[in-house]
Amino acid sequence: MSADMTKMASGANGWTIAAARDSLRKGEVSAVDLTMACLTAMDAGDGLNAFVHKTPELALEQARAADARIAAGDAPAMCGIPVGVKDLFAVKGVPTQAGSNILRGFRPEYESTVTTKLWEAGAVCLGKLNMDEFAMGSSNESSCYGPAVNPWKVDERKLTPGGSSGGSAAAVAADLCLAALGTDTGGSIRQPAAFCGITGIKPTYGRVSRWGVVAYASSLDQAGPMAKSVRDAAIMLGAIAGHDAKDSTSAELAVPDFEAALTGDIRGKRIGIPREYRLEGMPAEIAALWDRGMDMLRDAGAEIVDISLPHAKYALPTYYIIAPAEASSNLARYDGVRYGHRAKLAQGDGITEMYEKTRAEGFGPEVQRRIMAGTYVLSAGFYDAYYNRARKVRALIKRDFEQAFAAGIDAILAPTTPSSAFGLGEQGGADPVEMYLNDVFTVTLNLAGLPGVAVPVGLDSKGLPLGLQLIGRPWEEAALLNHAYVLERAAGFVAKPAKWW
Amino acid sequence: MSIDIDTARKVAKLSRIRVEDADLPALAEKLSSILGFMEQLKDVDVEGVEPMTSVTPMRLKRRADVVTDGNQQAAVLKNAPDAREGFFAVPKVVE
Repeated sequence: MSADMTKMASGANGWTIAAARDSLRKGEVSAVDLTMACLTAMDAGDGLNAFVHKTPELALEQARAADARIAAGDAPAMCGIPVGVKDLFAVKGVPTQAGSNILRGFRPEYESTVTTKLWEAGAVCLGKLNMDEFAMGSSNESSCYGPAVNPWKVDERKLTPGGSSGGSAAAVAADLCLAALGTDTGGSIRQPAAFCGITGIKPTYGRVSRWGVVAYASSLDQAGPMAKSVRDAAIMLGAIAGHDAKDSTSAELAVPDFEAALTGDIRGKRIGIPREYRLEGMPAEIAALWDRGMDMLRDAGAEIVDISLPHAKYALPTYYIIAPAEASSNLARYDGVRYGHRAKLAQGDGITEMYEKTRAEGFGPEVQRRIMAGTYVLSAGFYDAYYNRARKVRALIKRDFEQAFAAGIDAILAPTTPSSAFGLGEQGGADPVEMYLNDVFTVTLNLAGLPGVAVPVGLDSKGLPLGLQLIGRPWEEAALLNHAYVLERAAGFVAKPAKWW
Repeated sequence: MSIDIDTARKVAKLSRIRVEDADLPALAEKLSSILGFMEQLKDVDVEGVEPMTSVTPMRLKRRADVVTDGNQQAAVLKNAPDAREGFFAVPKVVE
């Protein structure tokens, strides 16, 4: 390794995937040096509490293999790219806790399909990233590791990176890795991406395998990339998408070349603006940002069309019935028998006490609440009134989108979040519903299964990032990313958080 | 719809989560708040609407009914809090 090359690699943790891929292929940098730059940044970033389990040895082993593969030619785009993995994905032999004490000590004997695909493509695993416990939360504060911290800081307060994929967003924004894996059940990729000024896409439900991803709400969960640019999101999505026989809801559809779809040409496309999203009391800055986004797309030759999604306002309550109902069933498996935590038992305790004590000790308060809320809405006498009604409203929410798309709408533009990042400890202490309102713009498309991408568009008056969200037709992530690419280029968002950690 | 303390106790029991009596009032209050938030769904006319099942009409895949995996006893038991002689061990279930 020449001295020049090593010098070049310092700061390489700040590169995009696309830039690193091109430099790796030209031999301007090695995967080992790139990985070392990230490992150094990761260790210096402990104040952000983003990485919760580090895998430097695995990373260097994978980086050496990547260098050999690149030297041999014909390496895929993700080869040699250091990434972080949300703690929700099973990585063989690496602690996988879903941010929960109930999985303390759990080291899976298997690998999730998504991470398998990444490692097969030559990507480098830096470690596991912080998240809300079982992906239930919008601020990272329900994590058993304590919250990850947003690298953006404008006063003495520490801000939330959002959630549940908060560690992923913080790590990407702070250049601790080139990109990260997140998951999105009600906005958990897009809201933290917006809070941290990065790009994140939730693919169509069924595009990316859920096998080996710790389940929260199985009909809503979808994994996706969190990255520094739309191009990077397209590259990484291409590596993780595709049919998987191990996930019965995985779609048997070909994966297009998402990066090749980034033409920047959206002339004649029709962009829907849902009037129901213009909430009463929407902050002026969010409304202004949304208007600016419309102007950007209009300037690129798209047509802005007023549309109606009449059932959108019921999305949050629908979500907060369906998701806890599914969670109460999915999380029944944590019983202290097969893996994870088991409570110490008193003399005479039987199996029921073991379950009850184990789950009381292992689950945090928000997870307990959602399990119990889910148990309640599924219990005899309430199943029809709550759960079945919610499933029907869900069908109506999906129908709203289908009608908009049938009327010729290509994509829908909306804010990602109702505010910029808030301070840790500022929301949801007294009333859990306050925190739930964070998902108001994101949750509709999880219910409908649609793809959505969050793109950073500007800073608010405090100097914090704000994002816009584009919602696409099912299975048309390629066209959606192209719309996002236009927005990204027009917005020219290049701000980075000043390093304080 | 408000959750009283007895209902909170019952839901905790059904969920197999131990909640101390002293914590039941606070739990009941938070669950009531969550369920209160859901009441607005009662305003929606869902007459004749079929519950949503999947994003695009998709038949659940079927596979051949054959053994595809197995002989992994050590891996299966590896993470168990208590495993003995090739089994998961639990407290006495039957008197």
